Amino acid sequence: MDWQRLHIDKTLLFALLGLAIISLFVVYSGSAKDMNATLGHLMRLLLGFTVLVVVAQLRPEILERWSPYVFIGGMLLLIAVLAIGVIGKGAQRWLDIGLFRFQPSEMMKLAVPMMLAWFLARANLPPSLPRLATAFLMMAVPALLIMKQPDLGTALLIFGAGIFVLFLAGMRWRVILVLLAGVAVAAPFAWNLLHDYQRQRVLTMFNPEADPLGTGYHTIQAMIAVGSGGIYGKGWLNSSQAHLDYLPESSTDFIFAVFAEEFGLLGSLLLVAIYTLIVARSMLIAYLAKDTYTRLLAGSLSLTFFLYFFVNMGMVTGILPIVGIPLPVMSYGGTSIVTIMAAFGILMSIQTHRKITE
Amino acid sequence: MLNIPIKDHFRESRLFNTRLTVIGSVVLVLILALFFRLVYLQVFAHRHFETLSQANRVKPLPIQPPRGLILDRQGIILAQNYPVYTLEIIPEQVQDMNSLLEELKQVVNLNEADLKNFRKQLRERPRFENLLLRSHLTEEEAARVATRRTYFSGVELEARLQRHYPLAGLGVHFLGYVARINEQELERIDKATYRGMQHIGKLGVELSYEKILLGQVGFEKVETNAHGRSLRILERIAPVAGKNLQLHIDAKLQALAEQALGQRRGAVIAMDPVTGGVLAFASTPTYDPNPFVNGIDPDSYNALLNNPDKPLINRALNGQYAPGSTIKAFLGLAALETSEFDAGKPVVCPGWFTLPGSSHQFRDWKKGGHGVVNLHDAVVQSCDVYFYKLAVAMEVDAIKKFLTPFGFGNRTGVDLQGESEGLLPSVEWKKARGQKWYPGETVVTGIGQGPVLVTPLQLAAATSVLANHGLRPKPRLVRAIVDAKTGVARETETESFPPIPLKNKQHLDIMIQNLTDVVHTNKGTAYGIGYNAPYKIAGKTGTAQVRSIAQGQAYSEKLTPERFRDHALFVSFAPVGDPKVAVAVIVENGGHGSSAAAPIARKVMDHVILGKAPAATGEARPLLENEE
Repeated sequence: MDWQRLHIDKTLLFALLGLAIISLFVVYSGSAKDMNATLGHLMRLLLGFTVLVVVAQLRPEILERWSPYVFIGGMLLLIAVLAIGVIGKGAQRWLDIGLFRFQPSEMMKLAVPMMLAWFLARANLPPSLPRLATAFLMMAVPALLIMKQPDLGTALLIFGAGIFVLFLAGMRWRVILVLLAGVAVAAPFAWNLLHDYQRQRVLTMFNPEADPLGTGYHTIQAMIAVGSGGIYGKGWLNSSQAHLDYLPESSTDFIFAVFAEEFGLLGSLLLVAIYTLIVARSMLIAYLAKDTYTRLLAGSLSLTFFLYFFVNMGMVTGILPIVGIPLPVMSYGGTSIVTIMAAFGILMSIQTHRKITE
Repeated sequence: MLNIPIKDHFRESRLFNTRLTVIGSVVLVLILALFFRLVYLQVFAHRHFETLSQANRVKPLPIQPPRGLILDRQGIILAQNYPVYTLEIIPEQVQDMNSLLEELKQVVNLNEADLKNFRKQLRERPRFENLLLRSHLTEEEAARVATRRTYFSGVELEARLQRHYPLAGLGVHFLGYVARINEQELERIDKATYRGMQHIGKLGVELSYEKILLGQVGFEKVETNAHGRSLRILERIAPVAGKNLQLHIDAKLQALAEQALGQRRGAVIAMDPVTGGVLAFASTPTYDPNPFVNGIDPDSYNALLNNPDKPLINRALNGQYAPGSTIKAFLGLAALETSEFDAGKPVVCPGWFTLPGSSHQFRDWKKGGHGVVNLHDAVVQSCDVYFYKLAVAMEVDAIKKFLTPFGFGNRTGVDLQGESEGLLPSVEWKKARGQKWYPGETVVTGIGQGPVLVTPLQLAAATSVLANHGLRPKPRLVRAIVDAKTGVARETETESFPPIPLKNKQHLDIMIQNLTDVVHTNKGTAYGIGYNAPYKIAGKTGTAQVRSIAQGQAYSEKLTPERFRDHALFVSFAPVGDPKVAVAVIVENGGHGSSAAAPIARKVMDHVILGKAPAATGEARPLLENEE
């Protein structure tokens, strides 16, 4: 089969398929054997892979040309959400467009790195200070808008995606140092901007025992699940933590805890290995890319994917605070699966069109 | 490619690759960190977490702390807790609510009110919360529920501490009550502090001392089996009971004051003038706070709300009344203090007063007038014309300036929330409302009519200032905060406002003598309570108009509908020389201060000073020369 002609990257595809198959079993277990939830997850995966295949057919030049429009459109939708969005889960994130509810912040996960890559590719690298400042605004404004929704997890991912582009574009070290110093100074102010529950989560990370019934509860229960899994795990469907309802969000944000409890260290390491393989392959695609735009975009997307799974696993294993970031591909629900698959579609497009156009 | 300025592709790709390598190393390090974390959790700490997981069947459950008791000064319990079995339902765990309710009806007695109340909660409260279906289950009902519990999903049988007010309506207006935490409060309160709690202070002392009464939630780690049923308690962090409050209030005196008011609407405040301690705080009619604790049913609530006597209104704290002639107790002192008026000069009272250039007659309450009166006579007989003249000489702004230090027109600072301010009018105040101050308004201010408004609590506090030689402690309900466990009592500190400014301290003594003569001389308006008193009382009667009387018409109590009759007022303190109690009484539409309000004050003072209810007087009350 000529994968190249189909514009599919075999390594990425099989790794993603592997994750998808594992995820169906874990969602089934994590949702307390809810067949409807499992089928729902399967439907989303199918939609995601379809989007992947379609996006992979688009030539990178087309993506590049569309970048500013996608970004501007995304920004308008984001503002629309703030203005007329309906309340979903106590937060203003959704835009109801009749048939389905659409989350513009998901779109920005792709639009921001696309826009920054497009913008920085307009001039020589490394970018000049004014261009850097402009680029910074392009990512900070949407990130702040999303933080206000409030959706700290997504804001963090978008901010990360933007930072990755700037870093890969060769932002100078002294600028980075100045920025780091700025962050240190601004941290107390940013602290004030956070919602109470977000602050609580950060505080709890340092001392989860302080509030055993409240926010610390999630962290403690997740760590108990992971730790009690041991080397070999308790076996599929035997996560007592999930089934006795100790573990919150056991089929969504905390699905890794269920997995680690049931499949133990061996399972966890296999999963980490698959994720690492995906990140490594994506970074290789960035390394091999032939022009600035595709390089920056591919680099940013692969690193954002890394950030995604690292933050989620970090939160489940108690080394990072609890932010609402699902484990990509594995977690049940949400529109994020489509976004992630679209990102891999872009990566495959970059990889496969390069060889043809050469 | 698109038209881009000439680029050094080689340099750019080298720069990019360097950066990619740098960040790739960071990624590698972080993935290694994750790897080691997993190895640590799943290999080295495995035993620890395995144990926890086994014990996890261990659920931390909040334990409600007992709320602090509220006691009167003698230790009589005004608010307490007692354990009751409650039947609660968690809606999200219920498959079919209607059939569940039908089944529960077979097990416990559920009446319409219970169901109505439950459905109301069902509409308003989150689905994961325990909603009360019935409280006060009998032992038998509780046992029946307990044995059938496994069949009912989402049904909880709880033993809860229930707030109870054993004296029912007594002192409800200062005591207040607790009730279920509502949506707005849920936003405001710290959820950790209130975990597992369902009630919060809504009014009165229960509200203003909420933090002290509340206590601290405890935790119990309970081992449960796979079905969530509790097996045994593993660990317990005991709750800390809320602190008890000992009040200055004397429950017996409170009862006496409420009974003395009887069916009438009114308020009685009794204060220790030296400490500011409030001994009685009565507002009638009262109502029973107990039904509010678990949510009063709408019918009973509407009945209270629509009762024409408005029992829910706190008349002592929020009732704003014209002070009438009781204001003369204070303005008499102004007559001595002000330089605008010569208190040494007698005044002729023909029974009416006119302003220069006007024919409008301001009448004296006594037809034909009091003749030639000095300050002493004017206070004792409550001569209106004397005080009309004083007010005109002083002008309204100076009156306001003089009365403000007594606490009129401002909150008294009592330890209750939502106190009303009353009103001391001024030219400025009228102007702010876009109106002009008329000289006629100054005239009536002299006898406590017109826009001036006071609360019963302000009147009592201001009377205390007279009794206390110008010192002004804040009124306080709570005397001490008592640790429920150790019994250690911490007295609340007496806070004071600055003493009233006086040019000459003797003026106050003169005025106290005048007020004593109001009660103890046969020309005095309150001689009816003073002729047989075994101790000296200083006091002042007042009668405040509710409806204005047209020029040339006379007021007739009999011909006026009850709601438009005058309010009766009386302020007093006793014993003169060593004051133990200051009292303010208002009886709405009660008629004369001397006959409706003063006898109530006498009963209150007798109780405080003689320690008993006054002996039933067989003696005939002397015919009063002056009954204002």
